[in-house]
Amino acid sequence: MNPDMDITALLPLIWATLIGVAVAFYVILDGFDLGIGMLFPFAKDDAERDRMLASVAPYWDGNETWLVLGGGGLLVAFPRAYSIIMPAFYLPLMIMLLALVFRGVTFEFRSIAQRKPLWNAVFAGGSTLAALCQGFVLGGLVQGVKIENGAYAGGPFDWATPFALLCGLGVVAGYTLLGATWLMLKTDGDMAARAAAKAKVLLVAVLVFMAAVSIYTPLTIPRIAQRWLTMPNLIYLAPVPIVTALVAFAQWRWIEARREAAPFLATVALFLLGYLGLVISTFPFIVPPTLTIHDAAAAPSRQMFMLIGTLVLLPIVLGYTALTYWLFRGKVREGAAYH
Amino acid sequence: MHLDPVLLARLQFAFTVSFHIIFPTFTIGIAIYLATLEVLWGWTGVERYKRLAAFWTKIFAVSFAMGVVSGLVLSYQFGTNWSRFSATVGNVVGPLIGYEVLTAFFLEASFLSVLLFGGERVPRWLHVFSGVMVAFGTTLSAFWILSANSWMQTPAGYTMEDGVAYPADWWAIIFNPSFPYRLAHMLNASLLTGGFVGIAVGARYLLANRHTEEARTMLRMAVGLTAILAPLQLVIGDLHAENTLKYQPTKIAAMEAHWDGSKPAPFELFAWPDENTQSNLYSISIPHIASLLVTRQWDGLFPGLQDVPPLDRPPLPNVFFGFRIMVAIGLYMIAAAWFGAWLWWRGRLFETRWYLNLVAQTWWVGFVAVIAGWVVTESGRQPWIVEGILRTADAVSPVPAASIATTLILFILVYGVVFSFGIYFINRLIARGIQEMQLPERTPHLAAGHPTFET
Repeated sequence: MNPDMDITALLPLIWATLIGVAVAFYVILDGFDLGIGMLFPFAKDDAERDRMLASVAPYWDGNETWLVLGGGGLLVAFPRAYSIIMPAFYLPLMIMLLALVFRGVTFEFRSIAQRKPLWNAVFAGGSTLAALCQGFVLGGLVQGVKIENGAYAGGPFDWATPFALLCGLGVVAGYTLLGATWLMLKTDGDMAARAAAKAKVLLVAVLVFMAAVSIYTPLTIPRIAQRWLTMPNLIYLAPVPIVTALVAFAQWRWIEARREAAPFLATVALFLLGYLGLVISTFPFIVPPTLTIHDAAAAPSRQMFMLIGTLVLLPIVLGYTALTYWLFRGKVREGAAYH
Repeated sequence: MHLDPVLLARLQFAFTVSFHIIFPTFTIGIAIYLATLEVLWGWTGVERYKRLAAFWTKIFAVSFAMGVVSGLVLSYQFGTNWSRFSATVGNVVGPLIGYEVLTAFFLEASFLSVLLFGGERVPRWLHVFSGVMVAFGTTLSAFWILSANSWMQTPAGYTMEDGVAYPADWWAIIFNPSFPYRLAHMLNASLLTGGFVGIAVGARYLLANRHTEEARTMLRMAVGLTAILAPLQLVIGDLHAENTLKYQPTKIAAMEAHWDGSKPAPFELFAWPDENTQSNLYSISIPHIASLLVTRQWDGLFPGLQDVPPLDRPPLPNVFFGFRIMVAIGLYMIAAAWFGAWLWWRGRLFETRWYLNLVAQTWWVGFVAVIAGWVVTESGRQPWIVEGILRTADAVSPVPAASIATTLILFILVYGVVFSFGIYFINRLIARGIQEMQLPERTPHLAAGHPTFET
C-alpha cells in the first residue's frame, strides 16, 4: 500500500483530534469561569463576588484563548467546514462574541468601578448569554447544516430550534456546575458549603439535560440511532452511558462529603463523557449531515507546516499554562480581591 | 430599501478592526516600556521604576483586555462575514493566524497573569522575565498578523488551483515583499503612540504638581524615545511607500490623487479628488514635489489612476485624506519631540508650561495617525481583498444583509459603550495617580488587610 496514501487518510483524523482537544480544553477551562459569572447573582455579597473573580483572575484570558485556537484550527485544517459553519451560525456566534466582550472587560472594569451592581449584572449576563449561544451552535450543528455547492445554503435562523435551546440550557447548567465545583476547590468555609449545595442541584439538572439529548437525538436523527442502537455497536458503546451514570453517582457522594478536588474533576469527567458521546454520534462528519472530515480537509501535504509547528508548540503552551495554574494554586482567602 | 451585504460586511469589519487596532497599538508600546521599567528595576533596584511599572501595568491590563475581546471578534469574523475569503486563501492565511495563537496569545495571557497577580509569591527575576515575555508576546503577535495582512497586499509563495490558493514556499509567504516595511512601520507606530501617551501623562502630573519625580522620569524617557523614533518613522514610511510603488502602484496614485501618469505630479496640500472629472478640485499644491517624493526625481513619472479602469481604483477620499492626516500628525510628532528634546537640553522642559499643556492635550495623536494609516493601506488595496487574487465583493459570506445590518448596529452600540467606559476608567487610573505606598499587593491569595484603591 502506498505510504503517502496512508498519511493522506490519517492527517484529517489527526487534525480533527487536535481541534477536538482544543475545543475540549476551551469548554472545560472557559466553562468554569463562565460558570463563575453565572453564579454571580447567587452570591451573598460583593466581597464574595470579589473572591469569585479572584479565583479565576489569573486564568480567564488564557482559558478564552482556546476559543481562538479552536476557530483558528478549524480554519487551518478544515477551511471548507469553517467557511460553512461560521455563516451558518452567524447570529449566535456574533451574539456570543459580544457577550464575551462584556464578560472580558468586566474583569478589569469592575475592579476600578464604583457601581459594582452594574458590572455584576454585566458579568452575569455576558457569561450566561455566551454559554447559551455556544449551546445553540452545538445543537444546531448536531441537527445538521444545509450545504449546496460547497457553501452554506440555509437561512439565518435554521439554528433556532427547540433542541438547540435545550442544548443551550444544558451548556448553561453544565458550565455553572463547573463553576460551583471550582468554588468548592478554591474556597473554604461557608462559601464552599453553599457552592456544594448549588452543585447538587446543578448536577441533577445536567444529568436531565444529558439524558434528554441522548434520547432525543437517536429518535430524530436516523444516523445517530443507527450508530448507537444497532449491534454490535450497542455493546461497544454501552459503557459510555454506564460510566456516565457511575461518575454522576460518585460525584453526588463526593459533593455531599464536601470533597475539594473530586467534584470538579468529576464534572470534567462528565463533560468529557458527554463530548465523547457527541463525537461518537457525529463522526466522521464535521458538518452533519453531509460534510466529512476527509471532504473538508485542506490538502494534507499543505497542512504539514502547521501540524509540525502545532505538535512542537502545543506542549510548550500546555507547559506554561500548567505553570500558571500551579503558581496560583491554593484557596482564595476571604478579603481577596481581583487587583 | 435594498441593503448591500458587501458594503455592510465591509463597514462592520472596518468598524471592528479600527476599534481593535487602538488597543494592540497601545499595548505593544506600553509592554515594551513596561519590560524596560521592569528590567531597570531588577537591575538597579531603584523603587521609582517599580512604582512606574506598577502604575502602567494596571493601565496596560485594561487596554489589553479590550484588545483581547475585540480581537476575538475579528478572528471569528474571517469566517462569519468573509467565508469566501477563508475558503480561497485559508490554506495560506490560516496557519499564520494559527501560529499567532500558539506562539503569542497564550504567552501573553499566561505571563500577564504573573505580572498582574504574582506579587510576593513570585521571585523578582520571574517578575522581570514575565514583563519581557509579555512584550515579546505582543511583538510576536504583531509579527504574525502583519505577515498575514502583508500577504494580502503582496501575495507571494503560493499557487492557485481551481480558484483556491495553496502554500508553495512558507518563507516567501511569511516574508512577503511588503512585510518587513509594514512590520517596522507598525511597531514603530506602536512605540510612538505609547510614547506620546507617556509624555502626556508625565506633563499632566507635572502641571498638577503631583508625582514630580516619576513625571520627570516619564517625560525624559518618552521625549528621548519619540525624538529618535518620530523622524525614524518618516524614513520607514518613505521606504514603505517605495515598496508600495513597486507592488501596488494604484495605491500610491490614490494617496497622491495622481490622475495622469504621463506627467510629473505635484504634492497636494489640500484638494478634493473628483472622480467625475478625473481631476482634483480646489487644489492647493506644490508642483513636482510628489514626483520627487515618490520617484526621487524632479520630473519622475509614476502610474496614475487613469492607468487602471475605474473599477480597479480604490475609494479616493479614504486613501487621499487618510494619508494627509497621517503625515500631518507625523510631522507634528517630530516637531513636538524635537522641541521637547531641545527644551530638555536647555534645562527648561519641566518649566515650559505651554509646551506641557500642548503635549498633555495631544495624547491621542498616535491613535489617530495609526487609524489613518490603516485606512490608507486597507482602503488603498480595494477593490482587492487579496491583491490580484480575490476581489472584496467576491469574498463575503452567504449571510443576508439584514443579519449583517443587525450585528453592525449591535457592534456600534456595544463597542461605543464598552470602549467609552474603557477610556473613562483609564483616565480614572491616571487621575488616581501612582501609588506611593509600598507595592500594592495584587495577589488574590492574601489574608484580609489587602489595601484597596480609594478614589
